[in-house]
Amino acid sequence: MPAGLFWFLAALSILAALGVVLQRNPVHCLLALVLTLLAIAVLFIGQDAIVVGFLQAIVYAGAVMVLFLFVIWLLNLPVESGPTGHLALKLFGTLAVAALLAELAVFLVPSRLQLKFSSAHAAGYGSIDALSQTLFSEYLIAFEVTSVLLLVAVIGAVALARRTTQAELQERKEASARVEKAA
Amino acid sequence: MVSLSWLMALSAAIFVIGVGGFLTRRNILVMFMSIELMLNAVNLAFVSLGSRLGTMDGQVIVFFVMTVAAAEAAVGLAIIISIFRSRETVHADDLTLLKW
Repeated sequence: MPAGLFWFLAALSILAALGVVLQRNPVHCLLALVLTLLAIAVLFIGQDAIVVGFLQAIVYAGAVMVLFLFVIWLLNLPVESGPTGHLALKLFGTLAVAALLAELAVFLVPSRLQLKFSSAHAAGYGSIDALSQTLFSEYLIAFEVTSVLLLVAVIGAVALARRTTQAELQERKEASARVEKAA
Repeated sequence: MVSLSWLMALSAAIFVIGVGGFLTRRNILVMFMSIELMLNAVNLAFVSLGSRLGTMDGQVIVFFVMTVAAAEAAVGLAIIISIFRSRETVHADDLTLLKW
């Protein structure tokens, strides 16, 4: 990967990540997130992780983010009018972020990881062939468990988002009103 | 070839921005997006280290992280829709029913 491309993508992904956190309109946050995901996908491809890079662009930036967008539109969220939340929380968040950044700066220095790095890749590195060889031999059990996880997630999502009848909704509202009155 | 240090620094920066967003934003959907940012920062670290070590394991783990993130997004968004239907809010501070 050329150095110029890396710096462009790094600046783009950090700016877009800041956009996710700082913008008021949820749709704009989501579009900034898509931009971050695409920049990271190109970074993947630049490091010969070609299949994973395309999966990132298609599955993550494509499918998962469209799901987010549908939910934002479905809920018809208003734009936040001003800064929300407690000031103390923001202060705590800033402190925690600074502490975490310092910690990562100390621990993520590659020379401390004591690993043997090589700069050249074997032929076919990152191809769909190499990925599936590893996935279906070493990680076969994890792969099968993942399929169960996806099945459970589908059933759970349908059960949770199922349209409730008016009577059930009324009952739920009464129950939460009772709890609030008791509190 | 870009040095590994810069890739790890970029990954750390994106992760930290995600943590900051999760701690300071109160809109549940934006908190969710911050979680996605953190997951992607970790993915970037996995791919960079795997690429320098010349193994495919990092990329396989990224594959699993993507699957778990998709499952998490599906279930989490279903929960958000369900909450919005009965409470009509996505503001995390309004959902204090379990708070003692």
